Amino acid sequence: MEREMTGAEMVLQALRDQEVKHVFGYPGGAVLPIYDELIQQDDIAHILVRHEQGAGHAAEGYARSTGKPGVALVTSGPGATNMVTALTDAMLDSIPLVCITGQVPTNLVGSDAFQECDTVGITRPCTKHNWLVKKIEDLPRIIHEAFYVATTGRPGPVVVDIPKDVQFATGTYEGPKSIHVQHKSYNPPTKGDMTAIRAAVELLATAQRPVLYTGGGVINSGPAASQLLREFVKLTGFPVTSTLMGLGAYPASGPEWLGMLGMHGTYEANMAMHGCDVMICIGARFDDRITGRLDAFSPNSKKVHIDVDPSSINKIVHVDIPIVGDVAHVLEDMVRIWRSSSFTPRSEVKIWKQQIDKWRARNSLAYRPSEEVIMPQYALQRLNEAIKGKDVYISTEVGQHQMWAAQFIDFEEPNRWLTSGGFGTMGYGLPAAIGAQVAHPNATCINVAGDASILMNIQEMSTAVQHGLSPKTFILNNSYMGMVRQWQQLLHGNRLSHSYTDSLPDFVKLAEAYGGKGFRVTKPDELDDAIAEMIATPGPVLFDCCVAQLANCFPMIPSGKAHNEMLLPDEATDEAVANAIGKEGKALV
Amino acid sequence: MNAQNPDALSAYFLAEVSDTQETHTLSVIVDNEPGVLARVIGLFSGRGYNIDSLSVSETEHERHLSRVTIVTTGTPQIIEQIRHQLDRLVPVHRVRDLTVAARRFKQDKPLERELALVKVTGSGEKRLEALRLSEAFKATVIDATTEHFVFEITGRSSKIEQFIDIMRPLGLVEVSRTGVAALNRGPEGLSSQAY
Ligand SMILES: Cc1cc2nc3c(=O)[nH]c(=O)nc-3n(C[C@H](O)[C@H](O)[C@H](O)COP(=O)(O)OP(=O)(O)OC[C@H]3O[C@@H](n4cnc5c(N)ncnc54)[C@H](O)[C@@H]3O)c2cc1C
Ligand SMILES: Cc1ncc(C[n+]2csc(CCOP(=O)(O)OP(=O)(O)O)c2C)c(N)n1
Ligand SMILES: [Mg+2]
Repeated sequence: MEREMTGAEMVLQALRDQEVKHVFGYPGGAVLPIYDELIQQDDIAHILVRHEQGAGHAAEGYARSTGKPGVALVTSGPGATNMVTALTDAMLDSIPLVCITGQVPTNLVGSDAFQECDTVGITRPCTKHNWLVKKIEDLPRIIHEAFYVATTGRPGPVVVDIPKDVQFATGTYEGPKSIHVQHKSYNPPTKGDMTAIRAAVELLATAQRPVLYTGGGVINSGPAASQLLREFVKLTGFPVTSTLMGLGAYPASGPEWLGMLGMHGTYEANMAMHGCDVMICIGARFDDRITGRLDAFSPNSKKVHIDVDPSSINKIVHVDIPIVGDVAHVLEDMVRIWRSSSFTPRSEVKIWKQQIDKWRARNSLAYRPSEEVIMPQYALQRLNEAIKGKDVYISTEVGQHQMWAAQFIDFEEPNRWLTSGGFGTMGYGLPAAIGAQVAHPNATCINVAGDASILMNIQEMSTAVQHGLSPKTFILNNSYMGMVRQWQQLLHGNRLSHSYTDSLPDFVKLAEAYGGKGFRVTKPDELDDAIAEMIATPGPVLFDCCVAQLANCFPMIPSGKAHNEMLLPDEATDEAVANAIGKEGKALV
Repeated sequence: MNAQNPDALSAYFLAEVSDTQETHTLSVIVDNEPGVLARVIGLFSGRGYNIDSLSVSETEHERHLSRVTIVTTGTPQIIEQIRHQLDRLVPVHRVRDLTVAARRFKQDKPLERELALVKVTGSGEKRLEALRLSEAFKATVIDATTEHFVFEITGRSSKIEQFIDIMRPLGLVEVSRTGVAALNRGPEGLSSQAY
């Protein structure tokens, strides 16, 4: 597979050899040789975005919805810096991205040349690794290595910065197979330590009040991990909760499902975390949205943690049995050991589940229904009904609508839920839905959006139209940056500083201006028909769902509080909201 | 991310959660490639870790491997984090906490040495006093005129600190230090093992 070609040809050949089918990109001077190759071939489709950040999030949506790496291609300088937010987003959420950036020719590097920036310097802290390719001889090896690093171990974004002269230079191409499989310094773990795994299973078999706390790592590990998780839950009957990032790994319709945990998680999930005697964390990272007040986090439990990244272990919470390994591999061992040892759950687990049912009966996602205005929760319940059993991918923007989507949409399968969890990037949802749609042309891709967030990458409507993609953006329009307002009510005496958006565009006209279709719905009884029509409409849609403006997202663990100090919807009076957060809590985010 | 690293495994089990600050010396074997030091230093500044001392040089030319020696201060959990975060960097082959290793070998501390060049300018009694003291510290004179000395001194950092403090009133004008070089005692080598 060795042959002479230019650097630009090598880029295309390497992408082909890595089985890349789609690249999200935006051209410019420093990547023109690569674009010149792109136009002369048909194996790899290029999706022209309208802003490089859009290319990054689209590649993320593509990656999360397929389990394959997302690929982006941008020019030097502003092209590269526009990518920084998306790279950081992918870093925080462990999404495999390969981003190729053009760079000024090597002889001009460091001279403040036109559209020069120190791309590897700028992206060093927001990538898993990055490379500046200085010689054509290094190019094929680096691209293959980039895919390897991005997709193995804890996945993440990588950048390959290629100066323009290297794109023009000629050299010998080598395919991925002919290059060492064993990396000299990077060897991510897969199998966990058997002694630790056995100890963990034995501990679980003695548990009286167990809980499984699952996260994005189950999704990262691939569909087999979700299957094994389901199998393990079936074997043990232990209750399962998940972080925002892990939704869909265990089905929402499953008998042991507790709902999401954390700041806006369900009462039963958080109380189970607080009261358990054995917790097993599977591919989650004890984020501050989960733990709440650290010194009161699950005070009486023994903790097991499965994670492929040793630095996630004991970072925030001290655990008793750490297992470094890939979720699917470790769960496979656990299922086998549980079976072969003929373990059965202790009888006390029954009592624990009765306790959980009592917590569940608090109905912590309740809200006051209305016949006049659309409650945002109601809108999502109707959307959820409309998509049941269909081939659907849901992305979100960031804010209250995101949390309500997590609470009210039922995910039955992994890779169906695309959201910016760690970085909380407004503007993520529309390009992510576009990326998912590119990967799944016949599926329905819906972006649950807020009125403020959608404006951050609204230009990608134009991308969707050009490429015949049909993302449906379902805007819960409250005219507020609702999440910001909620915090101002909690923390700042209800002084709503700059969180109301005046002069929002007419979203129906905006959709039409882009060549898509717009809907506006203001009454609850119009919802079902309009949602059905939205799904049936070809092409991109902006659905302006005008909702109750002042609704807040509950339940909520106020900052600085413990899991058993949740603010429940029926208790969240104005006064309770105003006094929910103490002095120390106010400094937290 | 070297899961096979035997140094790493046992330390996942943090025996106790403790708030006491400790000073540890870490040896980091890295590919000697452009930007690798920036990755290491950027990790420390980005995550708010301390660097008390840093030294780096290529130590295995054929394999282009450098050894970075970092002295850092933090709680045991933070130092664990630092080790794992360093290990996550792609060009990092191996990280060893020499202080932990020394404890495991029932030794007091790793071997640590630093070199400093110390320039002292002056005349008369002070000049003589500086020379006398330098002999007591086993420092050598590597440059001199009738107005100055440049001393070369090696030893533990505390010895060098002490020497500098003593020279201050005697006309100290300039100091250059290498940072700490460190190894564990005993016959085993970090770099001779497979990594
Ligand atoms: C407005 C807002 C509110 C939020 N509120 C909540 C909330 O109420 N509840 C909530 O849960 N989140 C909430 N989040 C999201 C939160 O910020 C975190 O992003 C999220 O909790 C992290 O999920 P995770 O722990 O599953 O980790 P991820 O970020 O998904 O990390 C995955 C972990 O698994 C490991 N891993 C990866 N691959 C593998 C593998 N193959 N095998 C083993 N381990 C692997 C990684 O090393 C990492 O430690 C909110 C976000 C926003 C923007
Ligand atoms: C790029 C970016 N800027 C600022 C924020 C802070 N922020 C978090 S939620 C939010 C408001 C979102 O408003 P909207 O999209 O209308 O959603 P809502 O909360 O009203 O549902 C803001 C400004 C952010 N997360 N991302
Ligand atoms: Mg809003």
